Amino acid sequence: MSADVCRLDQIDREGGVAALVDGEAVAVFRTHDDAVYALSNYDPFSNASVLSRGIVGTRTLDDEEVPFVASPMHKQAFDLRTGRCLDDAATAVATYDVRVAGGVVTIGAKREPDRLG
Amino acid sequence: MTAHVRKQLVVVGHGMVGHRFVESAVSRGLTETYDITVIGEEPRPAYDRVALTSFFEVGAQALSLLPSGQYADPRVTLRLGTEVVAISPRHRIVTLSTGEDLHYDELVLATGAAPFVPPVPGRDLANVFVYRTIEDLEAIREAVTKGTRGRKARVGAVIGGGLLGLEAANALHQLGVETHVVELAPRLMAVQIDDLGGRTLNRHIDKLGLTVHTGAMTQSILGDARGRVEKLALKDRNPLDVDIVVFSAGIRPRDALARTAGLDVAERGGVLVDGALRSSDAHISAIGECAAVQGRMYGLVAPGYDMAEVVVDRLLGGDGSFTGADMSTKLKLLGVDVASFGDAHGETEGALELTYQDAVSGVYKKLVISEDGKRLLGGVLVGDAEAYGILRPMVSSGMELPENPEELILPASRGGLAMDMPDEMQVCSCNDVTKAEIEAAAADGTTTRAGSTCGSCKTVVKRIVEDYFARQGVVVDRSLCEHFAMTRAELFDVVFIHGYTRFDDIIEAHGTGRGCDICKPTVASILASLLNHHVLESTNRTLQDTNDAYLANIQKNGTYSVVPRIPGGEITPDRLIVIGEVARDFGLYTKITGGQRIDMFGARMEDLPAIWKRLVDAGFESGHAYGKALRTVKSCVGSTWCRYGVQDSVGLAIELELRYRGLRSPHKLKGGVSGCARECAEARSKDFGVIATEKGWNLYVCGNGGAIPAHAQLLAGDLSKDELIRYLDRFLMYYIRTADRLQRTSYWMDSIDGGLDRIREVVVDDALGLGSELEAAMATHVESYFDEWRATVEDPEKLARFVSFVNAPGTPDPSITFREERGQIQAATTDGPVSLGSTIPVGAGR
Repeated sequence: MSADVCRLDQIDREGGVAALVDGEAVAVFRTHDDAVYALSNYDPFSNASVLSRGIVGTRTLDDEEVPFVASPMHKQAFDLRTGRCLDDAATAVATYDVRVAGGVVTIGAKREPDRLG
Repeated sequence: MTAHVRKQLVVVGHGMVGHRFVESAVSRGLTETYDITVIGEEPRPAYDRVALTSFFEVGAQALSLLPSGQYADPRVTLRLGTEVVAISPRHRIVTLSTGEDLHYDELVLATGAAPFVPPVPGRDLANVFVYRTIEDLEAIREAVTKGTRGRKARVGAVIGGGLLGLEAANALHQLGVETHVVELAPRLMAVQIDDLGGRTLNRHIDKLGLTVHTGAMTQSILGDARGRVEKLALKDRNPLDVDIVVFSAGIRPRDALARTAGLDVAERGGVLVDGALRSSDAHISAIGECAAVQGRMYGLVAPGYDMAEVVVDRLLGGDGSFTGADMSTKLKLLGVDVASFGDAHGETEGALELTYQDAVSGVYKKLVISEDGKRLLGGVLVGDAEAYGILRPMVSSGMELPENPEELILPASRGGLAMDMPDEMQVCSCNDVTKAEIEAAAADGTTTRAGSTCGSCKTVVKRIVEDYFARQGVVVDRSLCEHFAMTRAELFDVVFIHGYTRFDDIIEAHGTGRGCDICKPTVASILASLLNHHVLESTNRTLQDTNDAYLANIQKNGTYSVVPRIPGGEITPDRLIVIGEVARDFGLYTKITGGQRIDMFGARMEDLPAIWKRLVDAGFESGHAYGKALRTVKSCVGSTWCRYGVQDSVGLAIELELRYRGLRSPHKLKGGVSGCARECAEARSKDFGVIATEKGWNLYVCGNGGAIPAHAQLLAGDLSKDELIRYLDRFLMYYIRTADRLQRTSYWMDSIDGGLDRIREVVVDDALGLGSELEAAMATHVESYFDEWRATVEDPEKLARFVSFVNAPGTPDPSITFREERGQIQAATTDGPVSLGSTIPVGAGR
């Protein structure tokens, strides 16, 4: 199950767009190195569908540069790769498989967040 | 079971000391045993009489120590506008002016003092005043602004050149009265300072346009046929032509009640009390200026506070006593710093003097040192009293002087001695707080009262706290974020000097990583302040917080609110109708804002361009309600309609709002313009506030409302419009260049060494020579302004981003819901991701 949602050049570098996939809002981000990630657009802290409008950046954790998006509502950061909240270990959002081929971004299976300790 | 009868405590007098007594009684638990009734004769609760001279500037409310008019503790009753007319110690009863009798178990007299008016002929004429209460100041102001018996006072004399006399002179001078100061002694402030200090002070005061007459004895006040003051006759000198006289020749304890009640009074007046502040009747105490402790009266607030604490302590069963007081003083008289502490006149046997004098800049400093050169005994500071915060505690603690004591008063010295102070050293004399107590408070995150009364010790308190944290190894990291190891001000300089225009270049050269939600909007703001390009240019738009990215304010359900600019709050009926129509057609909730404009809520992101198009076509533009930028310049209606207005406040507010619109800054900026001193625009709660005077405009800066309100402070007075705009241009640009991220102007002022005075030096006196550069920067901003809504509506590339879903632009976001209240929509939120329900989601739901 997958859906082509847009061309890569429709997403700003270090920006995001919202896409409608299977009736749900998905936030699709493009980082500075043209990697593309997709998360649920729904911010569990503010209960609003807004993550695609957050600021994209990096945060250093254990010597690793983690790409993240900060919710535009109250600034909680979510790891673009895993959907985990970097400010609250008990919270995460769903991620989606993403493929970029021929300049087209395709969203695949939704992955609910891991059970968090 | 025994009935528990509560005891009654009556306090006579609600001045600063009476108020402090009650505060301390409540906080230390005396109200567990006592009901307290406070009787105050003034119509208002206690106010800061020390700061009385600022009344014309800040008004009565700002001086109040109990703005709510009552104590939170229900066991305390405050009765204002009521006098105690008699005390019966035998029956333990006080009789009130209302005729009521109140029983007491304990009585505390805090009746204060009254101004002393020498028996000079003519003292009963109209326009002869004293200087003690807010009512006195109001009467003086009325005599000047409205006049007495058909004449407004223009030339005045203050009799008394002591501390209070100079404060009174300041008040007259502030009102625009040509002011003479008449002092019997050969110098000003004879009690506190010495001859050279007095002469230095004299020169400062002369320069301000006041005339000082020392060694001058007032013989009589002469009146005209209508009983108004006409002349002041001086012994062996020409009379002065004056039409208002203010006596400020000292105070006398108010002990009449005690006298008639048969209590012992001191030879020179005052209720005679022992070290425990007990009068000759065991159930009556006296505190503050009405008390003569072992025969001595103390006319300062700090000893009064100490006395209040001693009585509370005694009533709680303690055995504290009042052992005398530090009579040190620091104040600003007519803008001149004056301080006197310890043995200011070198009366200790063998005392040595060390003086520093700079007649050019009007600074005089004297240290009085013990015979062996080891201890500081006292001193006098005129013109620059910054060292007071360090020097006074050195006297009271008796700590040893450093090797080169002259360093303490030489101009370069800023006194770096906080770390060497002994723990028990009293830093705040008004509230008796020691260095150890300040450190303890720093350690557990609590606060002390240090610095909250006269404020003279604030710099020392700050240093003690900083030193404390430094010793704990706490480094105050001022880095912006993990990507930039510099402050916003430093980053601003970097961007400015190198002329960068892109975030990528800046972080590559000066930062690490790819940035975050802190540094990106900061850089965006700096670039916007410097370049004034469209914030949605493709190179920089991903730096913007969502509000700037969508030129609207995000709300809790992910929709936005839209605020068109309504400069000065002035709007035509036609434009009002357009706003109503737009709100109706797009189903928006409307509300009038505090900034005199109209906010439309509930706009879906994809509808924003269409909403703007309608507004722009009707002549509106963005109000920048979403930006860290100039918001509004609020105004009252001013002289165009108001019968009190003296200037056109709406016209000026519109001009200022249009001048500074679009200006990006470290935090939001608000302004206000009031057309007269009634201040209906609340300009002093703004980052910049302008208040009309008869001669022009007063400019106030660094105020704000919000959680921790700050009153804007006077930067410069009676300005022409050109001067006003020049200073505002400089002020705003100086703030934009040097403030921290999200630091509003009041915090910025507090963070600057020298505070408001320093800002005045830079902005008004152009001490850094930056004036023309700052003005040029503002001129560039003004010239390059454009409406970012219009520019967005007209640019298809920017518009492409305003869609709900990149792959389904016409589909509204299903998660956005509203409910209805009072006939309009309200934001609603959902419990989880909302599906349109067209297909079954991949993967199992939770």
